[in-house]
Amino acid sequence: MSPTINQDGKGERTLSSTMEQAGGPRPARTLPPGSGQGDASVLTRRIEEANAAGRIAFIPFITAGFPSPAKFSAALRELDEGGADIIEVGVPFSDPVADGPVVEEASRRALAAGTGLRGILEELAADAACRRAPVVLMGYYNPFLQYGLTRFAQDAAAAGVSGCIVPDLPVDEDGPLRAALAARAVALIPLVGVNTSPARMRAYARGAAGYVYLVSVLGVTGERAAFADELAGAFTRAAGVFSLPLAVGFGFSGPEQLKNLPFRPQAVVVGSALLRFLDAGGSAADFIRKFFAD
Amino acid sequence: MKKGYFGEFGGCFVPELLMPPLLELEEACADILPGEEFRAELDGLLRGYAGRETPLTLCPTLSRELGFNLYLKREDLLHTGAHKMNNTLGQALLAKRMGKSVLAAETGAGQHGVATAAAAARLGLSCVVFMGEEDTRRQAANVMRMRLLGAEVRPVAGGTRTLKDAINEALRFWIAEQRTTHYCFGTAAGPHPFPTLVRDLQSVIGEETKAQCRSAFGALPDVVAACVGGGSNAAGMFHPFVADRAAGAVRLAGIEAGGTGEPGCHTSAPLNLGSPGVLHGQYSMLLQDADGQILPSHSVSAGLDYPGVGPEHAWFRKSGRVEYHVVVDAGALRAFARLCRSEGIIPALESSHALAWVLENAAALPAGGNVVVNLSGRGDKDMDIIREHMPDLCLPARTAEKEDGLCHRQ
Repeated sequence: MSPTINQDGKGERTLSSTMEQAGGPRPARTLPPGSGQGDASVLTRRIEEANAAGRIAFIPFITAGFPSPAKFSAALRELDEGGADIIEVGVPFSDPVADGPVVEEASRRALAAGTGLRGILEELAADAACRRAPVVLMGYYNPFLQYGLTRFAQDAAAAGVSGCIVPDLPVDEDGPLRAALAARAVALIPLVGVNTSPARMRAYARGAAGYVYLVSVLGVTGERAAFADELAGAFTRAAGVFSLPLAVGFGFSGPEQLKNLPFRPQAVVVGSALLRFLDAGGSAADFIRKFFAD
Repeated sequence: MKKGYFGEFGGCFVPELLMPPLLELEEACADILPGEEFRAELDGLLRGYAGRETPLTLCPTLSRELGFNLYLKREDLLHTGAHKMNNTLGQALLAKRMGKSVLAAETGAGQHGVATAAAAARLGLSCVVFMGEEDTRRQAANVMRMRLLGAEVRPVAGGTRTLKDAINEALRFWIAEQRTTHYCFGTAAGPHPFPTLVRDLQSVIGEETKAQCRSAFGALPDVVAACVGGGSNAAGMFHPFVADRAAGAVRLAGIEAGGTGEPGCHTSAPLNLGSPGVLHGQYSMLLQDADGQILPSHSVSAGLDYPGVGPEHAWFRKSGRVEYHVVVDAGALRAFARLCRSEGIIPALESSHALAWVLENAAALPAGGNVVVNLSGRGDKDMDIIREHMPDLCLPARTAEKEDGLCHRQ
C-alpha cells in the first residue's frame, strides 16, 4: 500500500498524457473522518466535474479479489491514480445471474481466493483517506443481507463507500436496503434497462442518489460489438425522468464504441474488458492508457 | 400480504431487466389462467395427452405390515414419468396464449426438461433446455429424450455445473430473449409469480387426492407425505389441504433429502438445516455459508438436489401448518427397494424419500388410519444410481468404479 500516492498527485503526473483526455487534476476527496457517514452526492459531483471538463466520466468496474487479492489491490490504486472518476468494486457472489461469463468467472475465482464482503470493507477502509475516486460496491443482495443491512451501511460508510448497486434488487424490493443506506448517506444507485418503462423509471427516481446505471443491452455483462437499437430511446426516456447523471454500462470495451453512440452519456462503465485485460497479465494503469489513447 | 409473498417469504429479487417479462406473466396468470376456455383446453390435454386423473393406489402388502392403509398418489403414471407434466402443459399453453414461440427451461435430473420438451412439441413451440454439464453426463438418457422431442439442450459449464447453475443460465437467456420466450420454470420457487403459478398448476394432485380419498374411504386422509426439493409436487399436494378449512386435521409432512447423513457432507435440506436468504429471485430458506454464498447441495436423488426451496414451504414451516423432516440417502434406497418388492411399483428416488419417512415412522402413525404418499415420479430414470448403490440387487454388479462417491465434503 502506498497511501501517499494520491495526496501528492503522483498519479496524475505519471499519466499526464492520458489525463489530458481523461480529465485532469480534480479536487481531493474529502472523507469526513470518523463521522461514519458516507457522501452520496460526491458521485454526482464527480461525474458533473468530468462533464464540465468536456469528457464522459470514466467508471471502471473490478471484481474484488480478482485476478488475485494482491493484484486487485494494485488495480484499485492504479485506477484511482490513473484518473477513474468513480470505481465500482464487485462483491463476488456464487450465483451472479445478471453477469456474463467474464464476471462470473472472476467472482468464482475471487471466492476461491477467500474474498468476502467483510474483507473488502476492511481493505477499502484502510485506504479510504488517500483514495481520490469514490467507490461504489456492486453486488448481489444475499451477501449484504447476511452481513446485516444496518451494519453493512454503517461499515460501508466508514470504509468510504459512496454508493451501492445491487443488480438483483428491483425497486419493488429495495425498501430495507434503501433505508439502511440512506441513514448513512450512501446512495442506492438505480439500475435500469432498455425495457424499463417510464413508470418504473419514475419509481426508481423517487429514492435515487448518485447516478443512474443504464444497462445498454437486453442481456448480461460482457463486451459487445453493437448495441441494441432501443438504447438511444431508453437514454432519452431516462434523461427525461432522472435528474441524476446517466452512466451507460454492460458491453463497453473501448472508446470507439462511445464515438458511435447516437447520444452522449454522462458516464460510461467498463468492466469485462478490464477484467480480461487484468487476467491476461495487464495492469490497470496500462488499461487506462490504452482506453484513452484512441 | 405483500404481492408475491407467503408470510415474510417470497418476493421478486431479480434484475430490473427481468421485471417486464415477470409483470407480463403475472398479468397473463390473472387474465388467461382462470378463463373457461383455457381451463377446458388444459383439462383436455391433461386427460387426453398426459393421462389424468392418476390413480390413488392402496398398497395391500405394506398396509398389512404397517398397520394402517397406505395409499400412493400415482403421479409416476403421468406422461413422461412424473408430476412435472402438470406444470409444463399449463405453462406451455399459457405461453402460447401470450404469443411466445419459445419455451426455455432449466433441468437437473432431466425430468422437467423432458416434460417441457414434450409440452413444447405437443403445442408447436420451440424449446431450449439448460442443464449443468455435470448433469448432462449423469443423465445422458434424458438428454437424448429431450433431443428426440426436438429440444435444444445447452450444457452449462459455469459454477457447480448442476441445477442451480442451469437456473442462472436460463435466467440470463430469458433476459436476452424475453420478447419471444417464456421461461417455463420447473418448480414452485423462484421469483413471483412462479411459486404461485406452479403451485396452482400442480394443485390438481391434491384436488384429485381429496376426491379420491372421499370415494375410497369416505373421509380425508389422516396423514399426507410428499418429498420436497424445490417443492412443486408437495405444494401441489398440500395446497388444496391447506386451503380447505375442513382439512385442518390432516397432518401434512414434507420430506427433504439429507444426503449421506455423514457429518460435514452436503445435504438438500434447507428447510431443516438452512437459513433465510435470497437466491433465484426469492427470499426463502437456503443452504448458505456465513457470507451468504450458496453452498453446493447433495442428494442421491437428482430431483431433490437443490440448495433452495419454494417460499411457500418456508412459510408453511414457520406457520407450523406443515411439518418438514429429513430422510437420508440410505433410507430412501431402502424404501425404494421395499416398494418394488412389496407392491410391484418402482418409485423415483425423490418420492422414495417421502415413502421412507412413512416407513421409518410407521409406529407413530395412526393405526388403522389412512396415509397418502405422493408418488411424484417413477424410478426408471434412476437405474444407473440404483446399480451403483445396490449392486446386490442388480446382478451382475457393475464393475466400473464409483464416480465421485456420495459424500461431497464442504
